[in-house]
Amino acid sequence: MKEVLGLYNYWIVIGLMMIGFYTMISRGNLVKKLVGLSIFQTSVMILYISMGKILGGTAPIIIEGRENVVYTNPIPSVLILTAIVVGVATLAVGLALVVRIKEAYGTIEEDEIHEQDDVM
Amino acid sequence: MDDRVILRVGSKILIPFILLFALYVQFHGDFGPGGGFQAGVIFAAAFILYALVFGLGAAKAVLPPIVVHTCAAVGVMIYAGTGVVTLLLGGKFLDYNVLAHNAAHGQEWGIFSVETGVLVTVFGVMVAIFYAFAGRRRAEP
Amino acid sequence: MSQHLPVLQVVVPLLAAPLAALVRRPRLSWLVAFLAALWAFGVAVALLHHVLSVGPISYHIGDWAPPWGIEYRVDQVNAFVLLIVSGIAAVVLPYARASVEWEIENERIPLFYTALILCMTGLLGISVTGDVFNVFVFLEISSLSAYALIAMGQDRRALTAAYQYLIMGSVGATFIVIGIGLMYVMTGTLNMADLAQRLPAMEANRTIPVAFAFLTVGISLKLALFPLHLWLPNAYAYAPSTVTSFIASTATKVAVYMLLRFVFTVFGAAFSFDVMNIDRILTPLALAAIVFMSLSAIYQPNVKRLLAYSSVAQIGYMVLGISLASVFGVAAGILHLFNHALIKGALFMAMGCVMYRVGSVRIEAMAGLGRTMPFTMAAFVIGGLSLIGVPLTVGFISKLYLVRAALEQGMWPVAVLVLVGSLLAVIYVWKVVEVAYFRQPIGDGSIREAPLSLLLPTWVLVLANIWFGVDAKLTAGVAIRAAQTLLGVGS
Repeated sequence: MKEVLGLYNYWIVIGLMMIGFYTMISRGNLVKKLVGLSIFQTSVMILYISMGKILGGTAPIIIEGRENVVYTNPIPSVLILTAIVVGVATLAVGLALVVRIKEAYGTIEEDEIHEQDDVM
Repeated sequence: MDDRVILRVGSKILIPFILLFALYVQFHGDFGPGGGFQAGVIFAAAFILYALVFGLGAAKAVLPPIVVHTCAAVGVMIYAGTGVVTLLLGGKFLDYNVLAHNAAHGQEWGIFSVETGVLVTVFGVMVAIFYAFAGRRRAEP
Repeated sequence: MSQHLPVLQVVVPLLAAPLAALVRRPRLSWLVAFLAALWAFGVAVALLHHVLSVGPISYHIGDWAPPWGIEYRVDQVNAFVLLIVSGIAAVVLPYARASVEWEIENERIPLFYTALILCMTGLLGISVTGDVFNVFVFLEISSLSAYALIAMGQDRRALTAAYQYLIMGSVGATFIVIGIGLMYVMTGTLNMADLAQRLPAMEANRTIPVAFAFLTVGISLKLALFPLHLWLPNAYAYAPSTVTSFIASTATKVAVYMLLRFVFTVFGAAFSFDVMNIDRILTPLALAAIVFMSLSAIYQPNVKRLLAYSSVAQIGYMVLGISLASVFGVAAGILHLFNHALIKGALFMAMGCVMYRVGSVRIEAMAGLGRTMPFTMAAFVIGGLSLIGVPLTVGFISKLYLVRAALEQGMWPVAVLVLVGSLLAVIYVWKVVEVAYFRQPIGDGSIREAPLSLLLPTWVLVLANIWFGVDAKLTAGVAIRAAQTLLGVGS
């Protein structure tokens, strides 16, 4: 039981990761694939942030006059800030590509795009 | 447009405060939660709200795309430029200690300068992404 | 000044990228990009010279000592990779001016060069850094700009190719982040040298093998190891000529470098090969890549796609060398990394010349080009010979080392398969040569030789193919020393 409840953050991460990954593999709609990718990336962000969190820990800002304060490890959060920016950029580039694919092909369904390419 | 008086008046009241809050987040960033990235996004949000309520044309009149693209490029140069300045002052790349007469002030100025670069770039990129998507016509009628 | 070289390698191109966007004039932004590439090449040469004569350089960003701060660390291995990336960039950019003006609308050209320089910055950054999370950041800088660059191709299939690359590339990068995160949670450090010290004590923990698996799969996606190569053929085939020439000869090579770094430096050869037995996966996959991808290349009607499949096969050679885990094997892998950059750079640039004059790179469109574009096709033939591995070309040198390394371990079936791969290369190169030289030209005879600004850079790479094929002392010497550094045996 301890493995299930005590490590619940990892179970959430794995669940989200699989949902995202499965969406990416199984869906033919290009926007849905990107949504899957975003969920997949978000699960990794939760993995990082939850491993940096200490129970009762607070933001790592030194306040004068207060001793024995437990701080949360800021490094995973900082790393993930970078990963969030990367995720936003990836999503923006991906959506921009989808917009242009829609303009070029008139559809965003993968199988219909392949059909059009095979005719050529 | 005329039937959205509440939206228009409401956003006109809100936008200055959003901009002000972005600056608060920016200037507060070196000794509290905040920083250039968040500030840039909030700053961009004000203009995106303006574009949503008053239309893309009005927003582009206030903030022409060329300014937005310049911002996106200039911010990166401020960031990397800070590093080059520290190099020229004899320190390592991004070693803020050499920026001022003592290390503590140098760190403060260095972080602020870097965060300003981040603010300018993030603001420019966010608005540029919005313009790029909003300005696109539908492929089919 | 020389102590700052590692950071200047990255920062000057990083500054040049926004500058290229700011000047807004196609020619001016080209000049900015070209100067940045020349600068990067100059710094890379200086770094390699310094590393070979003095020893590895460590640079602490912001003067924060490692393992707390980010460390840039240059040793024989990455000095060599830096030289390849910046050298190819310095050759491709003079070529780009005419080719890009022809393929891309005028108002997009400054942004094109911004993306190209950012891509180079990212690749240089991956090579120079000694911090695992920094690797991810630079990886994404190079990948995101690569997606944008590929999408600028004229064919609409460039868009779907870029999209596919984006999805697979992001999955690969996210796998790498997971691996890095698991290593961080176990050791509390992100510095490569520090990780290498702390990891052996943790080997018994299940998290470390999982991290290793995530990293290997993620990097394999990025380096297009068979069967994770699906994004590569279309991306190379439909990207603008300049982009194909640059990315084909650098991006996958830097990914191979990442594999070397993580397998040998971070985890260590003992863990990777004795505990995880990574060679049992890499060797069969590399051999499968060599045989199946060479076979697929034979059936491609589009020459750029043909060369792309051949690239996947050639990556097989590099990974094969690495999976042998001996000094000769790893040296063969590193040597082929350099040589293949020269080969594919020359071949794709020759195809860019054909694209410029003919407007198509399908095999039937190349009929009679041996007569109408003699210099371009001669470049293609020499590049093709090098790809096959004919003596006096660089391809021969890397195959020689690879076969020798395989025989050294008594793996003669591997050596045979390497030679089979070469025979298959003869077939697909011959297919193009036959059409170009033994068929009548089609069309009204208006096709002329490509302009000098395209031919010269192409021939620079072709001559480099011959030069380093005749005199392999420099490249092979560096490769062997790099392999010794990675394996930690006497140098």
